Amino acid sequence: MKRTPLYESHLKAGARMVPFAGWEMPVQFSSITAEHNAVRSAAGIFDVGHMGVVEFKGPDALPFIQYITTNDASKLSDYQAQYSIACNEKGGAVDDLLIYRLPDKFIIIANASNTEQDLAWFEKMRAAKDFEVKIIHQTHISLLSLQGPKAEAIATKIIGQDLSSYKRNRCFMWGDILVSRTGYTGEGGFEFFANKNEVVELWNKLLAEGATPCGLGARDTLRLEAALPLYGHEYDDQTSPVEAGYGWAVKLDKGEFVGRAALKKQKEAVPVKRLVGVELEEKGIPREGYEIFSDREMQQKIGHITSGTLSPTLQKAIGLAFLRTSIGNPPAVYVNIRGRSVRGKVVPLPFYKRS
Amino acid sequence: MAPAGLKYSKDHEWVKADGKIATVGITAYAQDQLGDVVFVELPQVGTVFAAGKDFGVVESVKTVSTLYCPVSGKVVEINSALEGTPDKVNSSPYEEGWMIKIEMDNPAELDKLLDEKQYTDLLKG
Repeated sequence: MKRTPLYESHLKAGARMVPFAGWEMPVQFSSITAEHNAVRSAAGIFDVGHMGVVEFKGPDALPFIQYITTNDASKLSDYQAQYSIACNEKGGAVDDLLIYRLPDKFIIIANASNTEQDLAWFEKMRAAKDFEVKIIHQTHISLLSLQGPKAEAIATKIIGQDLSSYKRNRCFMWGDILVSRTGYTGEGGFEFFANKNEVVELWNKLLAEGATPCGLGARDTLRLEAALPLYGHEYDDQTSPVEAGYGWAVKLDKGEFVGRAALKKQKEAVPVKRLVGVELEEKGIPREGYEIFSDREMQQKIGHITSGTLSPTLQKAIGLAFLRTSIGNPPAVYVNIRGRSVRGKVVPLPFYKRS
Repeated sequence: MAPAGLKYSKDHEWVKADGKIATVGITAYAQDQLGDVVFVELPQVGTVFAAGKDFGVVESVKTVSTLYCPVSGKVVEINSALEGTPDKVNSSPYEEGWMIKIEMDNPAELDKLLDEKQYTDLLKG
């Protein structure tokens, strides 16, 4: 089991550690609800040192990134990030990624559970067309995420400069730490690419400024309210970005890329399934895998829940779900919760949007 | 940490017997493992359960956990306050967070359960 540089700090702070994608990670420090609320109302920090950081360097770095991902990385300026998806030939997601353009290289952040298979996939794609690019897993880097309405004030204070000019998806160097205005909570915030030996000091500085330490539990409820997809739930190798609601991140006109033909077909026709938000109107909580029906008697199955919880912010039972596109917009949906038929409705995404 | 005088199951339910009536809830350890409890699904009064059968579920923000009936019998009362305040399971697992009262078929079943020392040893692994 792998550990981030903060492992000992988390133990001392009384965090509950759980295995996640081969890492021992904190699932909660105090309570998921309290940590969730801290991020919505003030600021929280997350140890995301389990996420994979991969560097692409060489004359073909841009053409290679263009070839293996769906979004158009040529539109990126230096020190800018974009959301993108690496797809297989059938348009299914290999992983969903953030891609950063830096003056001499590209960097991607990969899901912890996918990093190893991503590296193998990238190498296979590189070799297939003999791209001149070095793919380097940056294991000396560890990520921290500072999120919430007070994130900017805290970051401004510890960095000691005005950060208001760095808009969403922009980044800058703070000494040798890359800082980006990105996140996965539905709030504004910053992510820090720090060297492993700098992470504990940075974490402690952020704590001292009043940020609440948060675990993977709150990270999941926060991203779910913001309707941000999580690989393995809303994405898998059978599910395309078009189906997951990220068709805007598939740029068919940028030239050839892996999965383009399949994704073009999906965009031009109607995909078989689509990702929607479901809110329950009767008692119960939707959970991953629960089946969805169009009728109270649960005869006609129309989809399933991919992620669900009781939303701490909205105090409503919410879930992301795949519905068969052919069903249209059903007036009501019925979720099979342990044999009980529980009525809900399809609602616009995201469930939560910061004001 | 486990109160004396109660009986415990390996599934982390507690039982407090008063004559033929057994009050059932989940232990402090169980609620701590679950985290913030947001929903408790309890059976209807009158339902009959055999020992070891599931009688409901408790849901936290993160997860769903099945409740197992530690003794056989008929449900004579449920803690309907938990519908509005499921967090009582966290704040008061042995008192206000109780779940069901059962009229036991066979109070001798209590002897198969753990006492507080055995339960505490179980937690120590």
